Amino acid sequence: MAQPLLSVSGVETYYGKIVALRGVDVEVNPGEIVTLIGANGAGKSTLMMTICGSPQARTGRILYDGTDITRMPTHEIMRLGIAQSPEGRRIFPRMTVLENLQMGAQLVAPEHFDSDLKRIYELFPRLKERASQRGGTLSGGEQQMLAIARALMGRPKLLLLDEPSLGLAPLIVKQIFEVIRELNKSEGLTVFLVEQNAFHALKLAHRAYVMVNGRITMSGTGAELLKRPEVRAAYLEGGAH
Amino acid sequence: MEYFLQQLINGLTLGSIYGLIAIGYTMVYGIIGMINFAHGDIFMIGAFIALATFLILTSVLGFAFLPLVLLIVLIVSMLFTAAWGWTVERIAYRPLRGSFRLAPLITAIGMSIVLQNFVQISQGARVKPLPPQIQGGITLMQGDTETGAILVQLSYMQIIIILTTLVLMAGFTLLISRTSLGRSQRACEQDRKMASLLGVNVDRTISLTFVMGAALASVAGLMFLLLYGVIDFYIGFLAGVKAFTAAVLGGIGSLPGAMLGGILIGLIEVFWSGYFSVEYKDVAAFSILAIVLIFLPSGLLGKPEVEKV
Repeated sequence: MAQPLLSVSGVETYYGKIVALRGVDVEVNPGEIVTLIGANGAGKSTLMMTICGSPQARTGRILYDGTDITRMPTHEIMRLGIAQSPEGRRIFPRMTVLENLQMGAQLVAPEHFDSDLKRIYELFPRLKERASQRGGTLSGGEQQMLAIARALMGRPKLLLLDEPSLGLAPLIVKQIFEVIRELNKSEGLTVFLVEQNAFHALKLAHRAYVMVNGRITMSGTGAELLKRPEVRAAYLEGGAH
Repeated sequence: MEYFLQQLINGLTLGSIYGLIAIGYTMVYGIIGMINFAHGDIFMIGAFIALATFLILTSVLGFAFLPLVLLIVLIVSMLFTAAWGWTVERIAYRPLRGSFRLAPLITAIGMSIVLQNFVQISQGARVKPLPPQIQGGITLMQGDTETGAILVQLSYMQIIIILTTLVLMAGFTLLISRTSLGRSQRACEQDRKMASLLGVNVDRTISLTFVMGAALASVAGLMFLLLYGVIDFYIGFLAGVKAFTAAVLGGIGSLPGAMLGGILIGLIEVFWSGYFSVEYKDVAAFSILAIVLIFLPSGLLGKPEVEKV
């Protein structure tokens, strides 16, 4: 089998004395959509941030494309072709939509900018209409689109998406998941997706992990996990619209 | 009227110097939320470096063509002062990043004392004079009235100061609003963690902010030297406090605010000395600050803290 694009092994992360990840093993292969589901506070976002080196893992190893990135500073990790649309979107509120996108393209050769921007505007026509508006004035859904678009402007090989559906109307969630599927299919973009909206995420993903209290408790294909009674009971009942 | 005009010119000149220093306060505050109390002393060091370079060029190397000398002095003092600013951040502030909020503030005060004493010991405590270099000016109004002779003059020195300030501020505004470096700085200001997630080297960006602030302060130092003709190790304190006041008055964290605040503080001081009493000019400037802050807590152009999330 080809080597995984991202491999996390035995990672423990602490916030001060509080343990957030208790030995996590996750692999993401090139061209896959992998999702991580779990309840609030399970450590999903911490894993996303640990991959990006902020905070750094206390023990364990993170390999990206064969390179050990466990102890690299964040900005150097991102240089390798990882982009994240983080928890809470973190749009720059006092920059325009266009400037936010320019920030996303920070590490990309400038000659790609115009064509990349055009493509992003095709994916998210809403952002084009709002191009000169300040990020802080966008609606939640628009901010989410902008966060994903900003990550895509970095031309990543691996896209980390942290709860892209949080607080959004079902129609917009569908739209955003559609875009992710499309990018994966047409460009082979590898996606690692954290979600509370387990139903959608499991349907979208090739493989999935379940995280409870800082540990991976289950893994399998998306379809497999969807059928598991314990997954249904914990994450899907009442949530499957 | 004539008197008013003359004071206006003087006020703008002084305000330009304050504005240039104030930018350093406001940018550093914007990016790491810290008041760099050593910034006034960086201005003082800039003035000293300018004086030293000037004397070396004219007395030792025998340069005589004044515009060229001033240009070299400007560049040299900007470079060296920027190096001072970089060093101060590197050794005194960066190690404390992430510790409690008061720590860098206390270090900054310590750094200010260190710089003052260093200059006092190495350069001596006496004032250093520089004979006036740029003389003459344009007479705008002249004549005799029943109250006496009037004379409104715009000296070449004042023209140079105001023009240089305008050019620097325009260039600087463009740098912040249009270039990728400026964008990174604003990104670090708004969300440092996100900026690093987009590949911005945050430490480097913060260092560059100190470098730019110091370079602008050194220009102010050179102007101060040329305008007043005397400097000593203590000039950074009052000028620093005034420029800090200017930054707060304009809205700390806001670049146009720092410029506006600087000009206003300069005007207030000069008009107060001109029409009321020289002794109370500082009282006037600081009173205006207090009054503005009561009604506009975030300053004239400061942004309110509330953001839609």
